[in-house]
Amino acid sequence: MSEFVGRQWHDMGGQDAGPVVNEDHDFAFWEKRVDALMVIASGTGRFSVDQLRRVLEDMGESAFETMSYYERWIAAINRVLIESGIYTTEELARKLSDVRARGTTYGDCCQSETG
Amino acid sequence: MPHDPPETESPSHGAHVGHLDDFHTPLTYWQTLEIAVRELLIEKGITTGAEIAAAIDSMDRRSPADGARLIAKAWIDDRFRRKLLADGSAAMTEFGLNPAGLRLLAVENTPGIHNVIVCTLCSCYPRNLLGLPPDWYKERAYRSRLVRTPRVVLAEFGLELPAETTVRVHDSTADMRYIVIPQRPAGTTDMTEDELAGLVTRDSMIGVSRASSPRGFRE
Repeated sequence: MSEFVGRQWHDMGGQDAGPVVNEDHDFAFWEKRVDALMVIASGTGRFSVDQLRRVLEDMGESAFETMSYYERWIAAINRVLIESGIYTTEELARKLSDVRARGTTYGDCCQSETG
Repeated sequence: MPHDPPETESPSHGAHVGHLDDFHTPLTYWQTLEIAVRELLIEKGITTGAEIAAAIDSMDRRSPADGARLIAKAWIDDRFRRKLLADGSAAMTEFGLNPAGLRLLAVENTPGIHNVIVCTLCSCYPRNLLGLPPDWYKERAYRSRLVRTPRVVLAEFGLELPAETTVRVHDSTADMRYIVIPQRPAGTTDMTEDELAGLVTRDSMIGVSRASSPRGFRE
């Protein structure tokens, strides 16, 4: 449909799509933690909602189709924190390998953690 | 060694928001990233484990109940109803709720007009009144189609509107939020404010259903 040419993928109002699936899911703990990180990081003024939107929209349609909502959120939070200079990609890489070295489940990795 | 999740992770107040136990399942890449980001933020002094636990707890406490109380108040108090329509954020503050810096626009259903809300660009939602949004609110089918074929989409929710009813679709932005004031159901003249709030469902405040009837059936 020509009216959609030139629109970004996220600007989806008016397009065709399948039926609405009127279902809900219970939130996993990790999703709630992502939500909490979003609320806290936004509240500190470390990044703006517009910055976050840009990062989410730049992920493109494939991310929207293949990643869950909270997967996109944690990817976006991570990206803006790096952009904002809160930590570096080197620090992140080191932390990721630390976490992986502790175990393969949340219980093994973080059993002494709160949060 | 496997054990139960720490006390701080118990969704003790999750009346409307459930949880899945992901404590003993293998971590995905994104779950590992969440742990890494959180620990970095704690190490950098930007947040604390306690602050994160408190944010989760406040999320679990949040439910459509605050929105429902607001609507019930508007149903019984015409001055408040007019204030809610004129300045939703000020009405929230007067009612003891925090609009959290966002502009709230209330839109009212009448016998001739039905309102429904969407966020076509992302998933903006009045979560401080309705809790976390349902999955379908964030997905393509609802976001794409509601603005083009609202009657068809509403029918998929089981809401068939008469042809003579005007349907108004409101598309949210990142800087404001909508809430629908559903029509007060018939047969509720003797009900208290609390009883009325019990008839106001999340979906009726989004506009994909009507408020429940007092005879007791719920969506």
